[in-house]
Amino acid sequence: MSANTACVTVRSQILKKDYTKVKLIVFSSLVIALLIMTIFSEVICPYDPNMQDNSIALNPPSAQHLFGTDRYGRDMLSRVIIGSQTSIFSTLSLVAIISIVGTIVGVNCGYFSGALDSIVMRISDVCLAFPGLVFALAIAAVLNGGVQNAVIALAVISWPKYSRIARSQTLAVKHTDFISAARLSGSTSFKIITKHILPNIIGPILVTAMLDIGTMLMEIAALSFLGLGAKPPIAEWGSMMSSGRSMLQTYPWVVLSPGIAIFLSVVLFNLLGDTIRDYVDPRNSGIK
Amino acid sequence: MKSYIAKRLLHLIPILLGITLLSFAMMRIAGSDAVIQKFDNSGIAVSQDVINAERTRLGLDKPFLTQYFTWLGGLLAGDMGVSHVSGADVFSTFTSKLPATLLLTATSILLTVVISIPLGVLAAVKQNKLTDYIIRSLSFVGNSMPNFFVALVLMYLLAIKVGIFPVITTGISLKSVALPTFTLTIAMSAKYLRQVRATVLDELSKEYIAGAKSRGIRFSITLWKSVLRSALVTIITLLALSIGSLLGGTAIVESIFMWDGVGKLAVDAINMRDYPMIQAYVVWMSIIYVCVNLIADLSYRILDPRIRLGGDET
Repeated sequence: MSANTACVTVRSQILKKDYTKVKLIVFSSLVIALLIMTIFSEVICPYDPNMQDNSIALNPPSAQHLFGTDRYGRDMLSRVIIGSQTSIFSTLSLVAIISIVGTIVGVNCGYFSGALDSIVMRISDVCLAFPGLVFALAIAAVLNGGVQNAVIALAVISWPKYSRIARSQTLAVKHTDFISAARLSGSTSFKIITKHILPNIIGPILVTAMLDIGTMLMEIAALSFLGLGAKPPIAEWGSMMSSGRSMLQTYPWVVLSPGIAIFLSVVLFNLLGDTIRDYVDPRNSGIK
Repeated sequence: MKSYIAKRLLHLIPILLGITLLSFAMMRIAGSDAVIQKFDNSGIAVSQDVINAERTRLGLDKPFLTQYFTWLGGLLAGDMGVSHVSGADVFSTFTSKLPATLLLTATSILLTVVISIPLGVLAAVKQNKLTDYIIRSLSFVGNSMPNFFVALVLMYLLAIKVGIFPVITTGISLKSVALPTFTLTIAMSAKYLRQVRATVLDELSKEYIAGAKSRGIRFSITLWKSVLRSALVTIITLLALSIGSLLGGTAIVESIFMWDGVGKLAVDAINMRDYPMIQAYVVWMSIIYVCVNLIADLSYRILDPRIRLGGDET
């Protein structure tokens, strides 16, 4: 490669990095806006999401009710906004649980190796051997549904991914000189893990977690759609779609508006996840 | 190679034992009072003696591991008990519904291949051009929609508004299989086409491409004769690996379109807490999944001599 083309490549990479930074700022502000909307959803709702008024039942979208009303005359827009609480908070707590638990397990397996490592890795082999949603369905069914149980079911099948990443990253860092130096100078294992290993391996884990939010949002919604997540009186996007299913033909807004809410949130989280990945590791951009 | 296959098959045993043990334990915890439930369902109030007698008859008073091995023996012999709800034999019900699911899986994979391989290759060849951006955006959108949302939108647009396809499937016909196939294909293509694109891009960045170009060989010849040929192995393997996740994903789609396969059977069983049926679904889908993945991995090694020669020690 001539010096000239090398120069152009470097320049285009710098430009790309700047562009990624702009995208990062835009998408993170949008996600923050979504989270603020979720936190203050009770205040933002134009109507009481649980107020029933049979005189306006199943009204199509209008200026008063932007997303129309459902079969009890409840305002769909308000229900979609309030539904974000269950959908988004349960997703975020799920991703937090699996990434934290998976990382702790993985780092310890990688650092201490030995019998614990092989036992835990065999367990994660078995968890990974189940086709994802099939196993989650079964666990959720055994636990009898409910949002919390849906989160538990998905956590059981999803943590091994993180422990795998954390373990292999730890193994890569473990034998470097600075870890040996830390050990020679008498640092405890706990200190080495928290001060030296974790900061070095946290990048890929955070990226994976960010990219996982969209998928997990869809899977929680899928369990709710099957009646294994949030139960009807609670507004949750998946269960709202499920309860409106029979009205698809005549009153499509009842089904489609929570669906669009899921879609838009997933798009937003995926955009942010992709951008963070490109930002952390620019080599990846444009390939995946 | 033979020793590698043997090693992988041996490795399969603890995983299969783990799968069966976990499914058995889970359903035992959930259905611990299967006997009480059974009498409750039939609406008969019975004394503790009758319950105990029934427990002894079903072998529920034996130690956990004994019960597990009895159950495992039954599983291998095709005896998985009877449904709590209908009383029908679980294993024969499951096998009678399996062909419908396999058909749906096959049509979805076929359509996915037809859509995503050309689009993936096109996106890679036109990297960072408009065509690439359009294809990648489509894949991004497809990746961000849950299965059931796609299913309902397709149902609304194609079955209700336009009316070319039936809303729910009636028997097995081309028209019935179309909507569930489209739904599964959208999600699968969105993921798979990214992988095809990445694989082809990876191949295109190799030095022999520049070499061929400098020797004045037309790009289309390089693409067809070299790039696609060597990328194909990875592409096929990735496809085989995605079959497993597809098998799990059929459940929701089947139950929305009333497609009479094992996925719908499982969703119905879950709604009625029919534990033996759920158990059969989990165990068999996992076994199929593990086997498909193993075959994918082995065929990858057989098809690609570089790995066969270099990677035997793993």
